[in-house]
Amino acid sequence: MTAHPKNETLLEVESISLSFGGVHALSDVSFDIRKGEVRSIIGPNGAGKSSMLNVINGFYHPQEGSITYQGKRRAQMKPHEAALGGIARTFQNIALFRGMSTLDNIMTGRNTKMSKGLFWQALHFGPAKREEIENREFVEHVIDFLEIQTIRKTPVGRLPYGLQKRVELGRALAAEPTLLLLDEPMAGMNLEEKEDMSRFILETNEEFGTTIALIEHDMGVVMDISDRVVVLDYGRKIAEGTPEEVRANQNVIDAYLGVSHD
Amino acid sequence: MNGSSELAAGTFPQLLRIRREKDGAMPAMREKAFGIWQTWSLDEFCDEAFYFASGLMRLGMSRGDTLVIIGDNRPRLYASMLAAQSIGGIPVPAYQDSIAKEIEYVVDHAEARFIVAENQEQVDKALEIREQCPRVEKIIYCDPKGLRKYDQNVVIDMRHIVELGHDLLQSDPDRVNIEIDKGRSSDAAVILYTSGTTGRPKGVVLSNENLLITARNTSAFDKVSADEEVLAYLPMAWVGDNAFSFAMGLVVGFCVNCPENASTVAQDLREIGPTYYFAPPRVFENVLTSVMIRMKDAGSFKRALFNHFMSVAKKSGARLLDGQKVSLIDRLHYQIGELLIYGPIKNSLGLSRVRVAYTAGEAIGPEIFDFYRSLGVNLKQLYGQTEATVFITMQPDGAVRSESVGTPPPGVEIRIEDSGEVLYRSPGVFQKYFKNPEATSETKTSDRWVRTGDAGYFDDEGHLRIIDRAKDVGKLNDDSMFAPKFLENKLKFYPEIQEAVTFGDGRDFVTAFINIDLDAVANWAERNNVAYASYQELAANPKVYDLIQDCVEKVNRSIAKDAYLATSQIRRFLVLHKELDPDDGELTRTRKVRRRIINERYSDLIEALFDGRQQCFVSTEVMFEDGRQGKIEADLEIRDVDVGSVEPRAVA
Repeated sequence: MTAHPKNETLLEVESISLSFGGVHALSDVSFDIRKGEVRSIIGPNGAGKSSMLNVINGFYHPQEGSITYQGKRRAQMKPHEAALGGIARTFQNIALFRGMSTLDNIMTGRNTKMSKGLFWQALHFGPAKREEIENREFVEHVIDFLEIQTIRKTPVGRLPYGLQKRVELGRALAAEPTLLLLDEPMAGMNLEEKEDMSRFILETNEEFGTTIALIEHDMGVVMDISDRVVVLDYGRKIAEGTPEEVRANQNVIDAYLGVSHD
Repeated sequence: MNGSSELAAGTFPQLLRIRREKDGAMPAMREKAFGIWQTWSLDEFCDEAFYFASGLMRLGMSRGDTLVIIGDNRPRLYASMLAAQSIGGIPVPAYQDSIAKEIEYVVDHAEARFIVAENQEQVDKALEIREQCPRVEKIIYCDPKGLRKYDQNVVIDMRHIVELGHDLLQSDPDRVNIEIDKGRSSDAAVILYTSGTTGRPKGVVLSNENLLITARNTSAFDKVSADEEVLAYLPMAWVGDNAFSFAMGLVVGFCVNCPENASTVAQDLREIGPTYYFAPPRVFENVLTSVMIRMKDAGSFKRALFNHFMSVAKKSGARLLDGQKVSLIDRLHYQIGELLIYGPIKNSLGLSRVRVAYTAGEAIGPEIFDFYRSLGVNLKQLYGQTEATVFITMQPDGAVRSESVGTPPPGVEIRIEDSGEVLYRSPGVFQKYFKNPEATSETKTSDRWVRTGDAGYFDDEGHLRIIDRAKDVGKLNDDSMFAPKFLENKLKFYPEIQEAVTFGDGRDFVTAFINIDLDAVANWAERNNVAYASYQELAANPKVYDLIQDCVEKVNRSIAKDAYLATSQIRRFLVLHKELDPDDGELTRTRKVRRRIINERYSDLIEALFDGRQQCFVSTEVMFEDGRQGKIEADLEIRDVDVGSVEPRAVA
């Protein structure tokens, strides 16, 4: 599907267990994400998918297990360290600055690329201005890529849901991520918006070689765009493999359709 | 624009070569890309065109070959038109929103071997039709986004060809110049496929001379200078864009601005502030509708202020514009309005700097027309056709009317046949319909008079008035005249009505299909607590029917006074469950009603309108934007309307 060889491991999670008090969100989950692939995480509601992303992203700290990212093994990481390390994400419930314009929201994604301090940036002069222009140029390419020129100056809070999702993707792309985590990018969208979003995800993967980890409920989308799928249920991994393999797996069918107890 | 050498140029490439000597550094085009207006100087623009021409020669394009161009207004696409002309080829711009089947007809009929496509969307269409059009050798694209994986033997980046052409020019600097020298003013400069309300599109061949002389004459008529700002946002396949953006831009030397994309036009308009502006009535209508909607949502103080000053504008605005006498008090009153209301409105619409604005293509509602003129926007009408290189009549400054379309500009003669049909003869008269001598001889007489197909007459002031398409004017069973478009225009002047189709020829009375205007009616629904989930549901709402009925009754009252048309009052109407759409063939790409197709598709509904039924079931095939077919079904209500008393007409 892409020109990049997909056998080099980018990220590996090993025996991750995460619990909140007595609730076991994840128990002993292991899988890997290879460079350049689209890896989907699926599972019924409450299976622990978002928790898994939050673990990778450094937002949750698992009680057990470790994560190896780009060859470095770590037990704990803070979200901003993950961001500096090239992990960007979008959220299930959109987390944008509602009063700020599309452009400004996406500019915040460049935060890790801007080195000048608050003082220089406030002066908006000399090196700080140069830096802003460079970054703005990159952001304009993202805007062009996502075809959202029309809403460049529109406050995000006034945009329809589907477009807000696109702006959020734009903010994540602005960080030039190595690994992009997408938490239900297509939830609540109509067919046309889903098709657009799928196209952007695939193009991001193909044109920039960005590795993508995706949580999604729409099985059609998952099966169409993923290279490999991992299936969680009640915090455990119950299957993984190519979309075809997963679709044929009895455990997966049982988890989704239920089993009769007789 | 002066200097005898420029006048000596017989073709556009020759003109460009002369102009760059003098004005090479002047901006020729601007395009908004990545959020910034990027300027192309005349030198850069010429280089792009001539390098590309050189590259096209290497690809095997030769004299007389056509080059189909599909895309939004882009400097590169305009340059590719010039490139084709430079080597004796003929550019054929196609409507960028056409579906593949329509493009197929154009590509096949024009026998094109090369297609320039703006982006992936257009390349996909071009690839889709390759099987049906085996002549096509190469598809050349401007924007590489998403095209990386396409077969690069067939689909090529325009930049590669420009580079190739540049390299070839290094070793053989005159290869393009020699071809440009061969050009004659009688050579075809462009083939424009008219969308046509009937039958297959026809390829109108316009020569260099047609465009050059027309551009010179009309620039002189409106004193157009090199300082104008113009926004090129109407389809490149439309003759108006060829005349205004391409021909006049190159002849006069003003800078042509290309918007970022089709959906940012309103913002781009505001940023550029054009001085010379062209739009079909639909655009003016939509803008007015959105202003009115916003005013209805405004606070009561602002609304009162707006209403007060709009009545002031109505009283003195147009008179001031026409240079008529206005009392000092009224002048002052108007000036305050300018400060508080008119200025800001014009600014927010991007019309602050407009010196001359034109509307054409369809009749414009008198209220819409007067609104803009009363604000101080010098909006004028012109009447034109592709076959005439646009201009047949124009309204001179100071003699602008809403109901007529003006007088012939220099060089144009007009004659009216006994049947009422308007004929003209001008330097812009087209050469022929491409590969269609029959249609050519039907339209164009041996002494260069052209039939417009429109019925009209000169009024007392000597201004031309157009009533309808000559062939559409029919008769009711009582032998009185029935002019469908006249009625439809009256209906469409109401913001709630987007489109209307009337029926009456060979019938006892007149009936109508109505399309609601979604923006206006949705806003009305919101303010009146009418809930709906879809266009179809809104259209079928009885309260919406009441709203439309009100409009129809007003139209009836206004035509009841007309001696000739009083019998054409609308007795029954229905609101259609779907929007009439060019994709379904119901409208042309320029949004004119295709009566024959509507008569076929909706024959049941039309019968129901005349046989007294109160309800009629309809099922319609529709084409979605991605080319898939679907079906819409509905039970439509049919309403009877009050008719004003008809005075018995003295038979003439």
